Amino acid sequence: MSRIGCIVITLLSLAHAASAAEIPLEQRRSTYVDMSADNKAMQDDDTSNPAMLSVLDGEALWDAKAGASGKSCADCHGDAKTSMKGTAARYPAFDNSARGPVDLEQRINLSRTQDQKAEAFKFESKELLGLTAFIAMQSRGTPIAPPNDPRLKPFLDKGRALFTARQGQINMSCAQCHDDNWGKHLAGSIVPQAHPTGYPIYRLEWQSLGSLQRRLRNCMIGMRAEPYPYGAPENIEMELYLMWRARGMKIETPGVRP
Amino acid sequence: MPDRGTLSRREMLAVAAGAGLTAFVRIEPAVATPASMKAAIRSVVGEAPVKQGKVKLEVPPLVENGNTVALAVEVDSPMTQTSYVKAIHVFNELNPQPNVISVRIGPRAGRARISTRFRLADTQTVVAIAEMNDGTFWEGKADVVVTLQACLETL
Amino acid sequence: MAARALVNVPKTAKRGEIIEIKTLISHVMETGFRHDSVGTVIPRDIITDFTCTYNGTEIFGATLYPAIAANPFITFHTLATESGTIAFKWTGDNGFAAEASANIAVE
Repeated sequence: MSRIGCIVITLLSLAHAASAAEIPLEQRRSTYVDMSADNKAMQDDDTSNPAMLSVLDGEALWDAKAGASGKSCADCHGDAKTSMKGTAARYPAFDNSARGPVDLEQRINLSRTQDQKAEAFKFESKELLGLTAFIAMQSRGTPIAPPNDPRLKPFLDKGRALFTARQGQINMSCAQCHDDNWGKHLAGSIVPQAHPTGYPIYRLEWQSLGSLQRRLRNCMIGMRAEPYPYGAPENIEMELYLMWRARGMKIETPGVRP
Repeated sequence: MPDRGTLSRREMLAVAAGAGLTAFVRIEPAVATPASMKAAIRSVVGEAPVKQGKVKLEVPPLVENGNTVALAVEVDSPMTQTSYVKAIHVFNELNPQPNVISVRIGPRAGRARISTRFRLADTQTVVAIAEMNDGTFWEGKADVVVTLQACLETL
Repeated sequence: MAARALVNVPKTAKRGEIIEIKTLISHVMETGFRHDSVGTVIPRDIITDFTCTYNGTEIFGATLYPAIAANPFITFHTLATESGTIAFKWTGDNGFAAEASANIAVE
């Protein structure tokens, strides 16, 4: 092979690695599709989905009076089935007090502190996971619909940059696996497209419910990169981008994943 | 994190309790063997012969995650007052401990079928033994391949 | 928070019909074989016993071992003999105890 030929091929492969192509909208699919029959059955049956235990906890919290206000979520929002339908599908959303996007967990805590005058729940606490799962479940079957809010654009761009930047000891980007090589095998696992359609999920690896932030932090540890702390803007920006990337796909919360 | 030289009273008590606990609890080796499964089966069955058949295990041949594996056991039995399954015992070969679950049922069950979710530490064989009301034992087996997550998320 | 249980019993059944009962309870089922980041064994904390009674008579009992996955899920069958209460009880390490029940109407 001529020297020029080698250089051209090298440049092409570098260029390809640096700018990952997005998955065409009609080729997108949920990780659910690649799961084993037993795991699908676990997710499909509300009487056997372990996440439902947390959803029941969340329902109890929805009805519980909290904070100096002495009000429950239900006192202002009524029946979650109607008031929260579609809510999870349009988060992260811009929040004026935060001056940036917040995810559903943060929105719940904003309501708790600002409206109920109660203490915020800790990230990944039973309470916050349960309440988030209960609220998000009301959007089950709803297509993901990121808000058409121009204020979100700079944060969406940051999220896209985080998703496509090489990082960690492995020096790979999220996109290289999840945009370029989805469907192929990494050891025994199928590489998913990584859409956040079922969050909070009951992950068999965790044997408990967990948030998208937890999953993202674990992804980064998997890449041998320093994970961002809970609540870090980078996590929210990545969530915003992932939800935009999954626009139109249906919410499955509460999902089960291996 | 407080520096080692100045543990708080609570931490001292926790350390002492932990030390006391390990004095009573014998830490088993992390891997059991097919021999310990045989011994566990023997402790249930005694010297009685174990016949092959009647017991069907439904477990995926390959699992994505060994933390939660679906398992169903069904025993071929009319479940009448005169012929029924008294107990079903499930064992494994390579987890730290050979027992999985033991259930007691009777003619009121109508159908000798149970299901649960269990943990498998590695690729191995799972055995279910059905104890009949007439004192006989029947056995069924299944092999499960356990794969690990490709992206290890804990350090 | 107290342990959360989710039990599934058909609301109605015909006399003599075989019904399936499903149970799910929140519990970490800590095996006692895991170690923390400094090598100390995390002590065992599991549900060890589960019983189900039908109008007071035991129809199903189980001994659980550390191999049972977290948030134990157990299903079994029983004959619908009469209307009444199907009651569930879980007990385990560290004085763990939880109960649940469901009513069934049998015609």
